[in-house]
Amino acid sequence: MISNNEEFISQLADKYGRNRESLLPMLQEVMDQFYYLNEDCMITIAKELDISTADVYGTASFYSFLDTNEQGKHVIRVCQTIICDMKRKEDIIDAITELIGIKPGETTHDGKFSLHYTNCLGACHKGPAMLINDEPYTELTPEKVKDILVSYMKK
Amino acid sequence: MNNIVNIVINDTPLQVAEGTSILHAAKMMNVHIPTLCHHEDLCVAGNCRICVVEVENDPNLVAACATPVRENMHILTNTSKIRTARKHILELLLTEHNINCIKCSHSNSCELQHLALEYRSDEEIFIDLRKPSRTDVSSYAIQKDDSKCIRCTRCVRTCAQLQGVNALTMANKGNLAKMSTFKEKPMAEVVCTNCGQCINRCPTGALTERTYIEDVWNAIYNPKKHVIVQTAPAVRVALGERFGLKSGHRVTGKMVAALRAMGFDSVLDTDWSADLTIMEEGTELLSRLKKVLVDGNTSTVLPMFTSCSPGWIKFVEHIFPEMIPNLSTCKSPQQMFGVLAKTYYAKKKEIDPANIVSVSIMPCTAKKYEANRSEMRDSGFQDVDYVLTTRELASMIQQSGINVLTLKNETYDSVMGESSGAGVIFGATGGVMEAAIRTAYELVTGREVPFDELRITPVRGFDGIKEASLLLENTTEEYRFLEGVELKVAVAHGLANARNLVQAIKDGLVSYHFVEVMACPGGCLGGGGQPIPTNIDIRAKRMDAIYKEDEKMSYRKSHENQEVLTLYEEFLGKPNGELSHKLLHTYYTERNRY
Amino acid sequence: MATELKRTELIFREDIDHSALIRKIMKMGKDSFITELIESGLKGRGGAGFPTGLKWKIVKEDPNPVKYIICNADEGEPGTFKDKEILEKASEKVIWGMALAAYITGAKEGYIYIRAEYKYLSTKLKIAIDRMESHIRTLGINFKLGLIFGAGAYICGEETALIQSMEGRRGEPTNKPPYPVNKGYLDRPTVVNNVETFVNAMIIADIGAEEYRKLGTKASQGSKLFSISGDCSKEGVFELEMGMTVQQFVDEFGDGDTKAVQVGGASGFCVPRKEFKNTIIGFEGVPTGGSMKVFNSSRSMYNILENYLIFFEEESCGQCTPCRVGTQQLLHGIRAVKRKEKPKIYLDELLRLAYTMKYASKCGLGRSVGNAFRSIIENFREEIVY
Repeated sequence: MISNNEEFISQLADKYGRNRESLLPMLQEVMDQFYYLNEDCMITIAKELDISTADVYGTASFYSFLDTNEQGKHVIRVCQTIICDMKRKEDIIDAITELIGIKPGETTHDGKFSLHYTNCLGACHKGPAMLINDEPYTELTPEKVKDILVSYMKK
Repeated sequence: MNNIVNIVINDTPLQVAEGTSILHAAKMMNVHIPTLCHHEDLCVAGNCRICVVEVENDPNLVAACATPVRENMHILTNTSKIRTARKHILELLLTEHNINCIKCSHSNSCELQHLALEYRSDEEIFIDLRKPSRTDVSSYAIQKDDSKCIRCTRCVRTCAQLQGVNALTMANKGNLAKMSTFKEKPMAEVVCTNCGQCINRCPTGALTERTYIEDVWNAIYNPKKHVIVQTAPAVRVALGERFGLKSGHRVTGKMVAALRAMGFDSVLDTDWSADLTIMEEGTELLSRLKKVLVDGNTSTVLPMFTSCSPGWIKFVEHIFPEMIPNLSTCKSPQQMFGVLAKTYYAKKKEIDPANIVSVSIMPCTAKKYEANRSEMRDSGFQDVDYVLTTRELASMIQQSGINVLTLKNETYDSVMGESSGAGVIFGATGGVMEAAIRTAYELVTGREVPFDELRITPVRGFDGIKEASLLLENTTEEYRFLEGVELKVAVAHGLANARNLVQAIKDGLVSYHFVEVMACPGGCLGGGGQPIPTNIDIRAKRMDAIYKEDEKMSYRKSHENQEVLTLYEEFLGKPNGELSHKLLHTYYTERNRY
Repeated sequence: MATELKRTELIFREDIDHSALIRKIMKMGKDSFITELIESGLKGRGGAGFPTGLKWKIVKEDPNPVKYIICNADEGEPGTFKDKEILEKASEKVIWGMALAAYITGAKEGYIYIRAEYKYLSTKLKIAIDRMESHIRTLGINFKLGLIFGAGAYICGEETALIQSMEGRRGEPTNKPPYPVNKGYLDRPTVVNNVETFVNAMIIADIGAEEYRKLGTKASQGSKLFSISGDCSKEGVFELEMGMTVQQFVDEFGDGDTKAVQVGGASGFCVPRKEFKNTIIGFEGVPTGGSMKVFNSSRSMYNILENYLIFFEEESCGQCTPCRVGTQQLLHGIRAVKRKEKPKIYLDELLRLAYTMKYASKCGLGRSVGNAFRSIIENFREEIVY
């Protein structure tokens, strides 16, 4: 595992360059690969870019899409900001909770899903909205959410 | 670039260089503007906002520390708007801060507390936002209490800029923003060198030394224990600051008297073992030079790095483990003293070493860690039991009820109390180098170093990296192999400078025979255990005091220290001899760089 | 009877030959176009409103051989989604607008910094970028454009924070000066403009400053995209002239029961019904990055304010005291008043604090948190207390 990580990250460094500017793109690729930033990867990135691990962690923890704690394969982010709130985002959360048994901040036991609140997704006119991984879903209803999640369960 | 601009501060016109900060310009006019995140040793952050001032035609307030003056700028520093903002900012910080001042060891040096008093923040306007947190006591040296942190980032900037270590960072954002290590790991598990520079710059008590005061009092109170104490060179030029004396006021004799009055059984001097270190390290250098220059020994490497500074040692172990062979194997003066206290001293005084408690007073926090290293037990016991900082000693003196300033000067006990001026200057950057050159040059040529009054000025002062070279001519028989050699040396202080220097050496850009590194800016006199505050003026005054102390000594060279010579005669044999190697030399361990 | 809003169809117009436009500007000359841009009165469309022509001029005149063009697509202001719409429907215009800026200023490299939430647009954007790059080469202009994704931080929409983020750091705003035009990405002179601004530059290149100036008002020239949402008759992105009153807007977009309109997102102002008629939307009245959120009388202004403050508490970068602690105090403060743990006059204390946040914060975020707070407390105090 460790040597795999090292190889993977060294390839990322080759791709993006070994400058500090490469940090975010590298972290984002690690997220895509492992769904969170494990300690080993952060250490290896620090090594490749020759910056301290504290700097890697300090930077990563600033951004809400860079998780330093283990996440599910599919991260669901439901918009909590005002218009989606007015358009009953709570019903969406409830529907998700009912379906996969987790509350915001939690991950399913099978490691398939994590659920989070997120700030404005820029889909207010089509709220309530959510993001699953990179894919936005808008004009949600509890029924629609069910169909969407079922499709992810199969992935 | 250095254009002069005309500005007005509170109706008073002033001409200053373009680019000067408002804060600095105001200071030139003796107008005080409060600060928290600002520190003279560090780059500007502009975070705390307590220094806000009004500038004509700007509806917003600006941070005086982060705003350069421009032509025709009209600045006001005391208006209703400013005062309201400052009071608010102060109140806001206090709602996050664990206001436990009575129990906080940094009460007397807390800048937040001073400001709260100044602004009479005696009513609680806003809502308490304190979050529960646990103090990190994992490290032998540094204690971290997040509940007292005001997010000024002085520690983060210190660790990055001055020390090039980056063990600390800001983590998270918004209401969760906090000072942190990698993944919030305990301080003992990260790349921290224990230098304590963060402590010296923390405006509150969020970072403090781990204290051993109670342990030391318990030892003193225990009649079965023979408690000895050693004091490092830089302590005597800074301790007075904690008793209201000006920086640079030497209190050697009074400190000795106070320690004796407090109940230490023997008051001894780390300067003595500093002289001893020179004997060992100087001999090691000469033998390395011989191995490389004459024997062509490829396993021996140059330059040789000094090994007195435990912050520097841990830095090399973490950051440049491949350079470990360059480190002198000599233990630091503290540890040489420690191991001899429980062997040589015990034997000479006929005391069971099991009953000796060895205490050291250091300007340093890294020494606390050093004393606890598992390899520092060559006496059969932990060689140094407790390490106290200059600050802790001041507290103990206060607790003992002794008025240190009225005490008559006393002198160190014997044995292991005598020192030369060369031992004293260990406390300043360049001091170890100067002491080593004074002895080595004389050993090699039979003559004193060719410097007026033995002042080797090229290695003195505050330049981050200093270089010097010395031509060795008319050498003695034994050192003929050095005839005509130009001895090249370098000195760095502050680990960021050290990092640059080592990198340049590694890259082959520079080459030296001998390199001195002190982890802290200014050397030990600017150590992480010294009185707070610190800045370049304070460090300069302490440095002057160290060189004054040197010049008043009857011996100025380590090899003239009579008690050191006796030690070799009676106990060790010769420098770098078999027993020396067993007791006075050590080894190093590679650690995680990341 | 409501006067009809003047709509324009400039931004999403599709019959533009971008390559021909650039050729036209090349013939016209760099300085002439900068003059044109300045005369057009175009101000940055991100909300801060710095004159675009001046920005380009400063960077053009900098002797530094390396310069950058950055498109700020970190649209995160609650209620704002017009940049997304542009990137979905008119990304070519943005990309060519950046190429124009590069040609004018002499920059050879540019980046679109786009928020993580819009990552789904990346494939489309990459194709558009490739196409522009190869076209512009044939004009003899060398401009390389990259795509950088944010990672979930509202504050990165602040230009210095955005640059920090691009440099691989925490997205914390830096002290100004230095400004990005002098010392931006990797310490080089940098144009940072909003998505819509680049499009407007292309429109000006097309129709000229004179035509452009005919749109809008003196202080707020040109047309503007508005992100309209909430209790509306119709929601979505609409291109309208600046300078209309809130009343005119509500007449067209409200649901007939509009109580308040939040202009400019969570960091903008809340305009109550009684002010609709005499509030102009534009730099002379309530400035806006284009967000219009409409609330009808069924909505609790307390809930709205609380929602904003939760947003700011999380999205403050956390470095400066007024913003980091101030946002928390405002949030905890209104909750305490609601729960009767603090007297209602505590709101006055919080109002004073909101002013301190405005005056003393380090960046635009902290300075504008107080906007919504003040306008809601001042106009809907009873709803907060009871």
